[in-house]
Amino acid sequence: MRFAVVQFPGSNCDQDCVHALRGLGQEARLVWHHETRLDPDEGVILPGGFSYGDYLRCGAIARFSPMMQSVKAAAERGQVVVGICNGFQILCEAGLLPGALTRNEGLHFRCEPSHLRVESPASRFTSGYGTGQMLRIPIAHGEGCYRAEPKVLEELEARQQILFRYCDAEGRVTAEANPNGSSHSIAGIRNQAGNVLGMMPHPERACEPEMGGLDGRGILLGAAGIGRSA
Amino acid sequence: MKAKEFALKLGLTEEEFDRIQNGLGREPNETELGMFSVMWSEHCSYKNTRKELRKFPTTGPAVLVKAGEENAGVVDAGDGLALAFKIESHNHPSAVEPFQGAATGVGGILRDIFTMGARPVAFMDSLRFGRPDAPGEAGKRTRSLIHGVVAGISHYGNCVGVPTVGGELVFDPAYEGNPLVNVFCLGTLRHDQIRRGAAKGVGNPVFYVGAKTGRDGLAGAAFASRDLTEESKADRPAVQVGDPFVGKLLFEACLELYARPDLVVGVQDMGAAGLTCSTCETASRGGSGIEIELRKVPQRETGMTPFETLLSESQERMLIIVRKGRERELKEIFARWGLDAAEIGTVTDTGRVVVMEGGKVVADLPARMLADDAPVYERAAMTPAKLAEKQKYDLGKILPAQPRVKEDLLKLARSPATGSRRWVWNQYDHMVGLRTVVRPGSDAAVLRVEKPGGGWVRVAMTLDGNGRWCAQDPREGSKALVAEACRNLACAGAVPLGLTDNLNYGNPHDPELFWQLREGVEGMAEACRAFDLPVTGGNVSLYNQSPSGPIHPTPVVGVVGKVDEGVKLAPAVFSTGGGEVVLLGTTASGGLGASLYLQEVHGVIAGKLAAVDLVSEKKLHAVTRMVLAQPGVRAVHDVGEGGILWALAEMTFGEGSAGGEFRVPCGKERPEEALFGEGAGRILVELDETSMPTVENLAKEGGVELTHLGRTGGKDLQVTVHGAEMIWPVAELRDGFEKSLPKALGP
Amino acid sequence: MKAVVTVTLKPSILDPQGEAVLHAVKGMGLQEVKSVRIGKHIELEIEGGDEKKLKAKLEEISRELLSNPVMENFHLDLRAGG
Repeated sequence: MRFAVVQFPGSNCDQDCVHALRGLGQEARLVWHHETRLDPDEGVILPGGFSYGDYLRCGAIARFSPMMQSVKAAAERGQVVVGICNGFQILCEAGLLPGALTRNEGLHFRCEPSHLRVESPASRFTSGYGTGQMLRIPIAHGEGCYRAEPKVLEELEARQQILFRYCDAEGRVTAEANPNGSSHSIAGIRNQAGNVLGMMPHPERACEPEMGGLDGRGILLGAAGIGRSA
Repeated sequence: MKAKEFALKLGLTEEEFDRIQNGLGREPNETELGMFSVMWSEHCSYKNTRKELRKFPTTGPAVLVKAGEENAGVVDAGDGLALAFKIESHNHPSAVEPFQGAATGVGGILRDIFTMGARPVAFMDSLRFGRPDAPGEAGKRTRSLIHGVVAGISHYGNCVGVPTVGGELVFDPAYEGNPLVNVFCLGTLRHDQIRRGAAKGVGNPVFYVGAKTGRDGLAGAAFASRDLTEESKADRPAVQVGDPFVGKLLFEACLELYARPDLVVGVQDMGAAGLTCSTCETASRGGSGIEIELRKVPQRETGMTPFETLLSESQERMLIIVRKGRERELKEIFARWGLDAAEIGTVTDTGRVVVMEGGKVVADLPARMLADDAPVYERAAMTPAKLAEKQKYDLGKILPAQPRVKEDLLKLARSPATGSRRWVWNQYDHMVGLRTVVRPGSDAAVLRVEKPGGGWVRVAMTLDGNGRWCAQDPREGSKALVAEACRNLACAGAVPLGLTDNLNYGNPHDPELFWQLREGVEGMAEACRAFDLPVTGGNVSLYNQSPSGPIHPTPVVGVVGKVDEGVKLAPAVFSTGGGEVVLLGTTASGGLGASLYLQEVHGVIAGKLAAVDLVSEKKLHAVTRMVLAQPGVRAVHDVGEGGILWALAEMTFGEGSAGGEFRVPCGKERPEEALFGEGAGRILVELDETSMPTVENLAKEGGVELTHLGRTGGKDLQVTVHGAEMIWPVAELRDGFEKSLPKALGP
Repeated sequence: MKAVVTVTLKPSILDPQGEAVLHAVKGMGLQEVKSVRIGKHIELEIEGGDEKKLKAKLEEISRELLSNPVMENFHLDLRAGG
């Protein structure tokens, strides 16, 4: 599958995403945020980083980029959109996903491996895993605490839109295992239609043994429409 | 105000003023005096230390850009790949405003690297503070400094997307009033991508790119024609604020610019002394002149005088000389990245820096005079009167009659001096870029770097300093530092390629303190020659002292090396049990002189390091690299502060908390000396039993001693020395290790 | 009683946030905006206590805790009621 990785001023993980996707046999191109052309069969990746320095609020300025209009239209048409870390923040600011990402409860930036529990098998993004499977994928963020109104959280749970939750090494979802205080230990969610994924951990950093593990492959392959990861 | 009076106010000496006046053949004006005051300051000209710095070996087959030539040195890593790296300090600004001081330190070193044409790929930082667990106000202030500095480095480094992969964090009362913040950056480039900071080609346009100019950095500078009122004081910020977002845009735009063939003629960042420094240095290197018009300089304040514009230290600005006719290309690239790009002048052939405001000349100076002709001083050096007393060392008076090693190790494990620095590196994104192969926490960081023709090469790097060793014996201490850095690289299977140094010392006008610097430089130079290690550049930071006195003499070295092809990287910790552990290198412990053990457990700094055997050290590193290419090597870790006992303890802190049973060699010395002595030339290796014959052979052929220490297994650390056996549960040691730093720092 | 403390950057200090927002504001069509500076609005709810003593203490807190005197100014406003 072909992917467009959007570069905003301040994006840092754009090249990493391209590298990971190509390593998985997918085509990937970089698109500057001022461009507007997206092909109808392209998947979109909003990579991690510090778009606009995270100034004002993370993703608050990036959402007004010309490319975001095209991404919105693509999402509405059912094209796959994956927002990683800063990308997740941008999707929330743009209204493509509900809720918001706020400052980590501990107030510090945290870069470390995290354990994730796969919650729902029904999504293309988790089709490469079994429900309850535990993944080891790194996090690196200062504003990853997911918040939404109680009603919204209820709906996310009811509709199985929560795809990944933070857990401990034994797969238990506990307060101690939650690195940033996210409500319901939410690490990643999908939209109702199921074509848009937002997650704080970095799957592109878990696609090579030398980089610390392969657990991220399933998510990117899932985005590409490939079920069970190789 | 008369010119001479003003010159003195600016910090120039009477002799320097006369030298300027004679050199110009006329009286300099206030703006010109301002330019000299910054260019001839110690920070920019190294006038107090140049004679000493010349003692460093700076040449070698791998050196592509030598120390002193450009903003950073560059070494050849083979296969067409080059590495640019450098270390710099931001000590005093970090004491004033820790967050911004540290952040702008990171921003500054970043610019030094991409100025050379390199893509920055890693940071490391060396931080020194007073003890965070000191009582009362002192401890409170120290904790606040630590939080601020780490947050500042995190803020800038993470935002620009360059991973911080290593460094050190050291606590000692000597740094309480004067913290040290040294930041290192490494970048990669092809040989043909090296950029020089030279202004060449008469008529070529000179561009200013990046952030607008304000009054940053002028708080300390004297006022010229304005009265110093409370208002005007407020106008000049006491702290420079860095904008990492603009820093990131700037380096991406510059790298894109460099990729266009023949477009960029010369490039220089605006760091200390901003516009003044960048113009005269590029002109001097190019053997040319530069003419600029200040009205064209983008300014974010109104009413700035020429003095202010020329001396401003606003961050995130570059000076770029472009080939005439291709101005549009530069403007397009910078417009795309949302950055100011103003054509402010031209290259001339007069050899002079001519500054105009509204068409009127406000400064006209020979470029070389500003950039290169600062006086070189020979400072007096005197062996400290109290040196012998300081080095006095009566273990009988310091150590208890009966050794209490069991408690001693626990005390060491619970001290923030030895604790895990995870609290620090978890705040740094150390994985961005997908190049980090060995993350923080090991002996050396290792990155994988793309070779121009395809494939990867692994680059290892480490940052090392030791104020205590150098306080007790500046020469031997510096030698030991270089040896340790190279030993750390050997643990990653890497051959050292180049060294960058940050010399942190006190007042150079104090002969006893200057003696420390001279000794330190000579010790480092000797060690560098022994390791065939060129010094590629660095930084000098003087006047580091507070009301309580000067800091320990603290040279910090950053060493970069290339990992041998066949090497399989091994962790610095035991994984599971069943391995054999050997000591490669000397069994001599080196005694307890200047040791961390004496300082942490007995509260004294006494004695001095044993002499470093550089020849044996080099053999040890060569053998270690060969051993790492063998199958069956499970772990490797060098012995340093805390001696062989602490090194063994550290190896038990892996995921499995595997312990072991070991016998530590002991000469005619107290057990504490054998266990905690910090003598150089020792590396611990854990390996499969089946690999032992091969490793023994390699050691023998390489002229390196090998001593069997024991086996790994179980959950306890069991050590026998002089027949006495001691046991510690690994869990207890590890608990101390993991909690000591967070505990000392609070949230 | 309510204390409202407004913390702003000293005039000559660079405001990277403000710069980025200015750029975005212009991008949204408002070219007339020439500068943006961003500060903090802090509210403290207070019950009881002597107003004069409170004012002095609040000023100390504003200076030592709520603002960074190296880079910021503050303005304290004490209001009756809630």
